Amino acid sequence: MTAAATLPRDARAAAAEGPLLAVRDLTVHIPVPPHVLRAVDGVSFELNRGETLGLVGESGSGKTLTALTLMRLLEPPLAEMPRGEVVLEGTDLMRLSEIEMSALRGRTVSMVFQEPMTSLNPVMTVGRQIAEPMVRHLGLSTRMATMRAEEMLRLVGIPDPARVARAYPHLLSGGMRQRAMIAIALACRPALLVADEPTTALDVTVQAQILDLLAAMQREIGSAILLITHDLAVIAETAHRVAVMYAGRIVEEAPVASLFAAPRHPYTRGLLASIPRIERRPEPTLPEIPGMVPGPAERPAGCAFAPRCGRAQPRCAAKAPALLPLAPGHRAACWNPEDG
Amino acid sequence: MAEPLLEVAGLQVHFPIRSALLRRRIGTVRAVDGVNLSVARGETLALVGESGCGKTTTGKAILRLIEPSGGSIRFGGEDIARHSQAQLAPFRRRMQIVFQDPYASLNPRMTVGGILAAPFEIHRIGDARDRADRVAALLRTVGLPPEAARRYPHEFSGGQRQRIGIARALALEPELVIGDEPVSALDVSIQAQIINLMKRLQAELGLAYVMISHNLAVVSHVADRVAVMYLGRVVETAPRETLFFDARHPYTQALLSAVPEPVPGRRRARQVPQGDVPSPASPPSGCHFHPRCPHAMPRCAQEAPASRIVASGHAVACHLEAP
Repeated sequence: MTAAATLPRDARAAAAEGPLLAVRDLTVHIPVPPHVLRAVDGVSFELNRGETLGLVGESGSGKTLTALTLMRLLEPPLAEMPRGEVVLEGTDLMRLSEIEMSALRGRTVSMVFQEPMTSLNPVMTVGRQIAEPMVRHLGLSTRMATMRAEEMLRLVGIPDPARVARAYPHLLSGGMRQRAMIAIALACRPALLVADEPTTALDVTVQAQILDLLAAMQREIGSAILLITHDLAVIAETAHRVAVMYAGRIVEEAPVASLFAAPRHPYTRGLLASIPRIERRPEPTLPEIPGMVPGPAERPAGCAFAPRCGRAQPRCAAKAPALLPLAPGHRAACWNPEDG
Repeated sequence: MAEPLLEVAGLQVHFPIRSALLRRRIGTVRAVDGVNLSVARGETLALVGESGCGKTTTGKAILRLIEPSGGSIRFGGEDIARHSQAQLAPFRRRMQIVFQDPYASLNPRMTVGGILAAPFEIHRIGDARDRADRVAALLRTVGLPPEAARRYPHEFSGGQRQRIGIARALALEPELVIGDEPVSALDVSIQAQIINLMKRLQAELGLAYVMISHNLAVVSHVADRVAVMYLGRVVETAPRETLFFDARHPYTQALLSAVPEPVPGRRRARQVPQGDVPSPASPPSGCHFHPRCPHAMPRCAQEAPASRIVASGHAVACHLEAP
């Protein structure tokens, strides 16, 4: 057994010195003859304890596949495809057996999905779904876990926790379901929460409540959050650091303030410029990024953004640039980056 | 002032709620409950609100894709709310719709050329040769190459499919296009392309738009005027700048304060209403917003506020505005 839960204390303490999570050269290449889909193509990033890293990208960027891979949630035959390391608290999750991994899921690392109804169990009360991981992972008695479940529901802002604990998921509104999902995910106070588009299916007033809740829960429990979203405005409000993905790769990574104030990758700059903002006198046309994201089977040899890039040079089409530091904490994968 | 192209007054759409067993009518969902709107030629009216507010149902009722239960829909001066299908035929050409998911609305077994030629065939316009020319012109108008006519919808990306959906809507040279969340399913870099395309087409063709959207930032870039709906009713109507910078209805203010901004550290003092939008099947009494409203008074639970004009073109349905 190599699961973090069974490591000797001093080894865990040593692991606690470094980042909570280190993803190194994560690759998911899917053979679909005659092509190989390079869905995730050498992704590396780190996440510190208590920190929120926003992983942002458009459809097809590989952000959700990255999350599912690091949770080890891919089903066969996809489950065989990933290469690379996902080191959580000193343990490489990629080398764990399914039994070892399920001992960590829900305890050390949890996930919240876009549509809570597809991940909640429709035939189990909300209270039992929160209590179950506490019984399984923390060895709590059913009675104790049931009490703690109601406490969790109160903590996530559900007004009548005793009643909701006995209810089935379909009786709850969309916002309440997402709160219940967050209560389940955080029941065992995991070190890492992976949240995949947690507010995308919600109305804007409910989205604001859930984002506030995630920030409050992070202060309360101290979990690090990997927040996966297509919405840069959500990132701006929630994340400490941001990694921007394009066509299976991270193209830029920076603290949230510098990424928004001085993006160095032309894709990031284009993306930020094209977001509509509420302004008194908007320009008559929104800045566009011409063209479209290349499909995973038709990625160019060099930088995947080169065909859409106004700053492209001959070498951009020849060789993909590496993700290199341009300023402290600020990395970009670009041969001809914008000025800082 | 010239007569508006579209004038909707007291529009109602009620759906029966039936019992599971005997299909007896046991209640009514007032999905659209007395909506008043007007759209001038060449103008964009945005219809905004959260899920269940009735904005999509309103749009479909205007096109008579859903039967209105009451009220009038005057298009070009003529009330079409109770027209028969035969009477509606000439109006169908003049009003078109663009859907959120163009893929679901494009026949996967027809080529794009066939999809775009269909409106001409249905309305018996031109011969085969003439129709092919028209299809090529439509593709050019929306920024697609003429070869696109020979391909099938699945061969296109989301943004290109939305261009095809727009081309189809424009085929019969309509005066009014209703866009039902036309850019909501698109990535942000593609969304900007489609917004710009729709604005360019409006300027070139003199189209009027009713833009149905939950995305206030998108609306702020396309609308001339905005109507905010909540649970079947319009709570505020105003010119674009007034609505975004001088909103009077507490729901509009709450909605605006909830919109996340792409600026780190600028997290405004939120007055986000607590709780979810109630079910439209059992809306709260009086003003539907009163249980979530920070300014609610006893009167708000008892009496639905009438819409009052507070400034030119600015109407608010709130008891706070009462004299």
